[in-house]
Amino acid sequence: MKSLSQCAAERILIIDGAMGTMIQRYKLEEADYRGERFKNYHLDVKGNNDLLCLTQPHIIEAIHKEYLEAGADIIETNTFSSTTIAMADYDMQAFAFEMNVAAARIAKKAAQEYTAKTPDKPRFVAGAIGPLNKTLSLSPDVNNPGFRSVSFDEVVDAYYEQVKGLHEGGADILLIETIFDTLNSKAAIFAIKKYFSDIAQPELPVMISGTITDASGRTLSGQTLEAFYISVMHAKPFSVGLNCALGGNQMRPYIEELSQIAACNVSCYPNAGLPNAFGEYDETPDQTAHIIEDFAREGFVNIVGGCCGTTPDHIRHIAQHVKTMRPRPLPVQEETLA
Amino acid sequence: MSDTITSTDTIQAEAPANRTIKPFLRLSGLEPLVVRPETNFINIGERTNVTGSKKFARLIREGLYEEALSVARQQVENGAQVLDVNMDDALLDGEKAMTTFLNLLAAEPDISKIPVMIDSSKFSIIEAGLKCLQGKCIVNSISLKEGEAKFIEQARICKAFGAAVVVMAFDEYGQADTEEKKVAFCHRSYKILTEKVGFDPQDIIFDPNIFAIATGIEEHNNYAVDFINATRRIKELMPLTSVSGGVSNISFSFRGNDVVREAMHSAFLYYAIKAGMNMGIVNAGMLQIYDEIEPELRELCDDAILNRREDATERLIAFAETVKSKGKVIEKDESWRHGTVEERLSHALVNGITDYIDADTEEARQKYPRPLDVIEGPLMDGMNIVGDLFGSGKMFLPQVVKSARVMKKSVAVLTPYIEEEKQRLVAENGGVVKSAGKILLATVKGDVHDIGKNIVGVVLGCNGYDIVDMGVMVPAEKILQKAREEQVDIIGLSGLITPSLDEMVHVAREMKRQQFEVPLIIGGATTSRTHTAVKIAPEYEHGVIHVLDASRSVTVTGSLLNKALKKTFLDDVKLEYQKLNENFRNKKPVKQYLPIAEARQHKAIKDWSNYKPVVPKQLGVKAFHNYDLAEIAEYIDWQPFFISWELHGKFPQILTDEIVGVEASRLYEDAKVMLKRIVEEKWLTANGVIGLFPAQRTADDTITVQSPQPGQGAVQLECLRQQLKKAPGQPNFSLADFIAPVESGIQDYMGAFAVTTGGDIEKWLEQFKTDLDDYSSIMLKALADRLVEAFAELMHKRVRKEFWGYANNEQLSNDELIREEYSGIRPAPGYPACPEHTEKYKLFDMLNATENTGITLTESLAMYPASSVSGWYFAHPEAKYFGLGKIEKDQVEDYAARKGWTIEEAEKWLRPVLEYDM
Repeated sequence: MKSLSQCAAERILIIDGAMGTMIQRYKLEEADYRGERFKNYHLDVKGNNDLLCLTQPHIIEAIHKEYLEAGADIIETNTFSSTTIAMADYDMQAFAFEMNVAAARIAKKAAQEYTAKTPDKPRFVAGAIGPLNKTLSLSPDVNNPGFRSVSFDEVVDAYYEQVKGLHEGGADILLIETIFDTLNSKAAIFAIKKYFSDIAQPELPVMISGTITDASGRTLSGQTLEAFYISVMHAKPFSVGLNCALGGNQMRPYIEELSQIAACNVSCYPNAGLPNAFGEYDETPDQTAHIIEDFAREGFVNIVGGCCGTTPDHIRHIAQHVKTMRPRPLPVQEETLA
Repeated sequence: MSDTITSTDTIQAEAPANRTIKPFLRLSGLEPLVVRPETNFINIGERTNVTGSKKFARLIREGLYEEALSVARQQVENGAQVLDVNMDDALLDGEKAMTTFLNLLAAEPDISKIPVMIDSSKFSIIEAGLKCLQGKCIVNSISLKEGEAKFIEQARICKAFGAAVVVMAFDEYGQADTEEKKVAFCHRSYKILTEKVGFDPQDIIFDPNIFAIATGIEEHNNYAVDFINATRRIKELMPLTSVSGGVSNISFSFRGNDVVREAMHSAFLYYAIKAGMNMGIVNAGMLQIYDEIEPELRELCDDAILNRREDATERLIAFAETVKSKGKVIEKDESWRHGTVEERLSHALVNGITDYIDADTEEARQKYPRPLDVIEGPLMDGMNIVGDLFGSGKMFLPQVVKSARVMKKSVAVLTPYIEEEKQRLVAENGGVVKSAGKILLATVKGDVHDIGKNIVGVVLGCNGYDIVDMGVMVPAEKILQKAREEQVDIIGLSGLITPSLDEMVHVAREMKRQQFEVPLIIGGATTSRTHTAVKIAPEYEHGVIHVLDASRSVTVTGSLLNKALKKTFLDDVKLEYQKLNENFRNKKPVKQYLPIAEARQHKAIKDWSNYKPVVPKQLGVKAFHNYDLAEIAEYIDWQPFFISWELHGKFPQILTDEIVGVEASRLYEDAKVMLKRIVEEKWLTANGVIGLFPAQRTADDTITVQSPQPGQGAVQLECLRQQLKKAPGQPNFSLADFIAPVESGIQDYMGAFAVTTGGDIEKWLEQFKTDLDDYSSIMLKALADRLVEAFAELMHKRVRKEFWGYANNEQLSNDELIREEYSGIRPAPGYPACPEHTEKYKLFDMLNATENTGITLTESLAMYPASSVSGWYFAHPEAKYFGLGKIEKDQVEDYAARKGWTIEEAEKWLRPVLEYDM
């Protein structure tokens, strides 16, 4: 079976689309989220999508399969918030580790099924590592800019547990995504390095995907794109890229810049345009695919897919549009300064 | 669906030729900083450094972070491209200050746009900083000084945070000073970082140590050349790395003369940048454009930096004198300059200001009929005020010493005129001129400690007495000969180690034999009123007085030299001492002692069945030359430093003490300034040696050690045991108790060490003597003493954690170290647990200590240089410090037999601990 790097060298890889958008289609109620296991739980858990890996695993598996069917090479585990810190909102810290293991197993099972069908197109599971609901570079208290609601060590501990769960559940890749505070992502990188050093095994490939929040071209924590990239270079990532917040059109200049400075693969999975007045995404699969196709034609990208508002249809269109396109050639890393 | 997919056949543009990515050093704050060859020189802002900026230090200490941020903002506005942040201050919680400051910085985009350099000699502070920065920062610094394992560990952590690192050119034995060492240390560090840690070469920044040049010390003259050449070779050998350094170090010896300093910095950078230095800590406000330096000064700077002429330093100093006044002046309150010359002299004396003393003295000399009138008039008036203030506790010793410096300088101006007048008077009348009184001071034979004696000399000198200071290790016959020649009025003896007490008795006896009639004053740390009353006073009938401290010496001297008071004073003292003597003899039998055989039944550790000694990782002897003073300085215990200046109180509370706080803080500031120079300009040389050896207890109080020295073999260390009768169950300690007995079958171990920081101190003391600067002289000795204690502390820690390794996991703060919370002890021969000094010979032989460290032993077993410490290492977890107390004759006889001595010899060396009268 071809390795991830071999696949990436041959063609533009497709990463899946939104998980939340797909879950919404099931119109799940509180009782569905609770399942049998948490039917007497002391808090409401509706909206805790990651919990579904434990209570409705077949739904998550079905969504993964839809994306695999649409042509995704890489599917993301349903673990965006599966950390002790994020799960504290539901008082479910104790289940965070278990969610990661379960989510990775579900995705792995689906991916293996499709790899078996088309062995020349192996499918990979990316363990999704989200940004947390607490930030290390920003104070939640405007009157006390030096205050932090969480410490670096606490964030490392939370991510460490998530990485361990994803690895034990069978993830092939670790994907640190939707990064709006670079220091949080540095804690995730630190946790990954620590975990693999502790178990004395080679690190899994790491994908890093930041989020440029608006036309300022900066992350929420204030860094320019290049500053962000320099800050995470030490992860020696398999890819670096952008996702979320912006649609493909708005993302273009940043993807172009990243394609020029990144020593590794470049990924891009934008939202389906900007949300409308109701918070819904209107960009059609065809529209999204055309934008992405343009990126591919320009040689900006190695990995493409979708974020909020994108569906298996979007992914299918994207996959078709870039199918024959050459991936962005990896830059040559020179060994002298002159 | 396929109808909507129209682009599968779209032709992709010709694939662009592969881009290339250069291995530049890339850093980031909110914005990127890419160090390209054409970037030339990266300017690192240095004012956000508590060790370098007094203002910033104060703001942080007082929690004024808003203002502290404005210091940072100013740096950015002045063109700093990287911000150096340093929170290394003994009074600060460095980790907390670093975290608070960097968190606040993150909210200031106009500052946090540039990358941060986390600067600390404490790695825990560096880690705290790394946890706050989203950008790719620089860690300043790591090095091999604590060994390869530590270096790798710290480098791995930096790498996990994605930080670039400044690597100081150090190895386990010290700092690189020569070109060869700089290149070799850097290359070794490079290989470890790239091959073992996996560091990217471009993330390595070398700091090959910029040291001060033009200091007047010949060895320093080539330091700039060494740096520049090393830089060139480092860049050839390891082209992707950067070279950085603290530029202002180069001009340290011209502090206060900004014109010369700026020119030196520019000239130095001009050559260093050409050689490949591409970043540095520079005060951008203190940098001139090379071409705009005045040509003469530029030539002189070039000469000094490139070490082109033997007289480069002298010529630069001569030039510096001419531009001094043009330099930037710190605003001072100069209103006192408007007073009369008498008022000005008095102000200068009370406030210790030397700036105008020469001119003011000259003015007074012309005003008064005779030069001596200036001394007896305004100068003595001023010193009387100082004396009164000191006597009433409103002035403190450091200030008095500064006043004395002013006095000495003033007197130096007058001396030629006084001499001239004397000659004239002698010629005219054959008359003799008499001073207030002449006092001889000496540290007795065998002893090298003189801080206290020097302070007494200064204080008495301030009070108008002529001081004949004979220095240290002065034999009785020399003292008495000099006393006769100079016709002194009082003889003062000083000593610190216990054998000096006997030597003082000897001097008293000699004075009697030679029919002296002048009073004898006794002082020094081991002396006491009781010892003086019981042992010395009975030997000499013309007055023996113990003086507790320098402030008492003035009143005692005054009484002794006043004809009206002298007799009553001496009679009072005599009476008091007789009473003390009687009390001493009467109260003796209160304590009960055990026969030595019985005391030996009460050993501290009885059960050895479960004891498994840790085998030292490195058996044998290991020497350290030129140990890094900066590292040593981190272990300083400041409390004794203040005690040496007669300021008593706990540190750091003493700095805010209601009464002495202001002066203690000032003294501490001065000490830190000098300490910084000591470290940066390598005034002192720290050498040390340690040894770890197999050992077993082979008799009740005998430890047999296997010495590695050729021909020495098994060495028997003889210990002494407490004999005081104690509560049931309480042990009678002997150091031998902490070593496993031979019959237990356990192979145990012990260690020994000798460290010194006194190397090279003489030339500086000589310099201060020439400058009439007792303050600096005493300061340097006091700091050297603190440093050597710190060195001993540091070595002990390394032994516990590294070389012996029985306490690998120990994590103690400096305060905990000072409180001796570690496991194991390091008692010193001559001190309470083992007060018999001659065991030191064995220690020195086992370590080959004289050859390895330069420390020698005097006939009284004092170590020279004075700033030296030696001792034994015991690792047993129950080993503890104890005082021997007094011992009985049976143990003395037993000890004499073990040492192969006569009873008399044993009693001579054990005199201070004998329970009985000889």
